[in-house]
Amino acid sequence: MERIPILRMGKYLLVTIQVDMHDRLAMQLQEDLTTRIAKENSRGVLIDISALDIVDSFIGRMLADIAGMSRVLDAQTVVVGMQPAVAITLVELGLSLHGVRTALDVERGMKLLEESIGEATFAGNVDESDGPGDES
Amino acid sequence: MPTRLPEMIRKYEQTLLSEWIAEQKNALGRKLLKDAEMEQQCTAFLRALEKGASKGELANLDNPAWNEMKELLNNVSRSRGLQGYSPSETAIFVFSFKRPFFTKLAKELPPAQVAEEQWNATLLLDQLGLYTTEIYQKTREELINRQQQEMLELSTPVVKLWDGVLALPMIGTLDSARTQVVMETLLQRIVETGSGVAILDITGVPTVDTLVAQHLLKTIAAARLMGADCIISGIRPQIAQTIVHLGVDLGTVTTKATLADAFALALQRTGQTVTKVGLAKKKKEKEAEKERKERE
Repeated sequence: MERIPILRMGKYLLVTIQVDMHDRLAMQLQEDLTTRIAKENSRGVLIDISALDIVDSFIGRMLADIAGMSRVLDAQTVVVGMQPAVAITLVELGLSLHGVRTALDVERGMKLLEESIGEATFAGNVDESDGPGDES
Repeated sequence: MPTRLPEMIRKYEQTLLSEWIAEQKNALGRKLLKDAEMEQQCTAFLRALEKGASKGELANLDNPAWNEMKELLNNVSRSRGLQGYSPSETAIFVFSFKRPFFTKLAKELPPAQVAEEQWNATLLLDQLGLYTTEIYQKTREELINRQQQEMLELSTPVVKLWDGVLALPMIGTLDSARTQVVMETLLQRIVETGSGVAILDITGVPTVDTLVAQHLLKTIAAARLMGADCIISGIRPQIAQTIVHLGVDLGTVTTKATLADAFALALQRTGQTVTKVGLAKKKKEKEAEKERKERE
């Protein structure tokens, strides 16, 4: 069965959606991604949708859901590279994806994650300087 | 009974022409058209009239016999419409032909025939006159449509203010069609330039009601989805009052009073600064002095 690859980049997971999203694929991605976040103890997820030309309300909601699930698992989600047409469609559908962070491209998205998570880890390190999380 | 119109035209072409032109000049008062051009148009009109009428279809302009006449009238009213003639001034071109022609008719024909000929010719000339007005109207409408389109494109420029900073000075009333254009051009430019901050300047927007506010919020939400921050600037005091009175929730959108303030914030967000040349120089001098002292 067709799957969307989830790549690990250091502390983060990178998902690039290169094919047309259909509903089953989206559900599979949700499942895979949450599993991976839990397994790899990731702190951030980058979803690159620059190749996505068409979205419907289902895919829009799925993006918001993924962000919500990641937050529960203590990982931040950044959606990057949204096409203008996709952005307009989502807004017209009333899906403004509140709580999802966005960036223009993967590079900036990575920087955004670096900034927010870097600070968080730093703050965490003060509290538990000999924690098991920072030995990589 | 066949009409005598073509025959009359053939017979008296020169006299009709000169009298008709005199009539037109008299009616128009001012001289907008060159004599040569006027004469050429009138001669062509007479030829076409003679040609159309000789086919015997006086009452029916849809007949192909009148195609040449229609084409001529198209050109005449189009050019006059573009030259700023009023509709009646354009129609006078046809209607002023009546007097010289009817005078000739009365002189030439026995009184019994004059009434009928006159009636036929009036019917025909009225139709032709109405046709010119119609074409005139159409030309003006095309002009208005084109100008509207141009205004729509002109009034929504997206300018690059600085590296990574776009500005969108909006001028005029924001309706749904315009917001759509604004949204599309803004998002397109964000992609092209890779800008992280966009400033929506509404100094030129006369009123902001709930609909306009909703349009603005939609544009901002779409830009945010793509990863660009938006700042609204140029909110006049009256508009600020209206927004609050209407209960519009601008939510988390950053607003600034002037474009300059918004620009300063945008620079800050993108991590850039602008300094005065003098200040930068002084700073450098100071640093150089410090270094010198340290060395000593």
